[in-house]
Amino acid sequence: MNDTVGIVIVSHSKDIAKGTADMVRQMVGSEVKVAFCGGNPDGGLGTNVSLIIDAINDAWSTKGVAILVDLGGAETNSEMAVEMLEPERRKMVVVCNAPIVEGAVMAATEAAGGSSLEQVRAVAEELTAG
Amino acid sequence: MTLQSETFKSLVKVAAEQVIASAPELTALDQAIGDGDHGTNMKRGFEAVLNKLDAITSQPLDQAFKTIGKTLVMTVGGASGPLYGSFFLAAGEALAGKKLPEDLAEVFGSGVNAVSARGRSHAGEKTMLDVLVPVLETLKADAGRDDLIERVRTTASEAVARTVPMQATKGRASFLGARSVGHVDPGAKSSCVLLHAVCSTLEARQ
Repeated sequence: MNDTVGIVIVSHSKDIAKGTADMVRQMVGSEVKVAFCGGNPDGGLGTNVSLIIDAINDAWSTKGVAILVDLGGAETNSEMAVEMLEPERRKMVVVCNAPIVEGAVMAATEAAGGSSLEQVRAVAEELTAG
Repeated sequence: MTLQSETFKSLVKVAAEQVIASAPELTALDQAIGDGDHGTNMKRGFEAVLNKLDAITSQPLDQAFKTIGKTLVMTVGGASGPLYGSFFLAAGEALAGKKLPEDLAEVFGSGVNAVSARGRSHAGEKTMLDVLVPVLETLKADAGRDDLIERVRTTASEAVARTVPMQATKGRASFLGARSVGHVDPGAKSSCVLLHAVCSTLEARQ
């Protein structure tokens, strides 16, 4: 089993989400599944539970998915999206308390080495510690 | 009094229309201490509710609440979506096997607890909970009184005013620290708009 933790990037801005995903792919390569979303249901700045659920499913791996968010609403909507997943998937998804760009790169780097979801989350969250 | 389907339909309709009408005011409040999208987000969410009004109000009450909650979660596009959405989802869950208005405080309380859990917040932090929690206290304390509706209305208005001197410690407004003092909280205001719409509709039907 060489599956790796998937990474989901949720920003209020689709451009920021896409740019972050581009950076992750360039720095980590394509071995880690990365999905992103941004924008409210009308396409303006904001976040969208439905798109977050789709992104989680796109990045799905048997090792789980780590979500990186920018501001408050992205976190709240991501937590809501996790609760709306099928029950067996819910406990395999975490929302990381980490800066979105640095957190995504660190998380993906850790994931690429085959680490567990908890290890991936811990590495991303070290950025906010201290 | 039981919550007849026609009454429920007008409750949902008036509440949605009032939120939509207050969108410019909510946005103006949010521009002062947030990111200025509360009005447009709430308007989008409640327009989606209005679009489904017939489908929602043809469901059993507990299911109808859950559909409203899910619609808000999926369409609002800001933190208020999961917050209000969780209120209706939890209230709908609590409604199963309960009777209104007898169990109103318990059902409303389930919704308030869900908002608190979703936002990891409590009353006193300049949020919608600063309206919802006092209203819950009124529903508990004054249950069965003839003037309950009026008391809920007054409680909500006074609670909104009390958010003005508060300093935000949750949500986007907390970034402003002391500069959040002196403004009405937009989420408290939208909760008040919803509650006042419910009060007015119920009074008109009495």
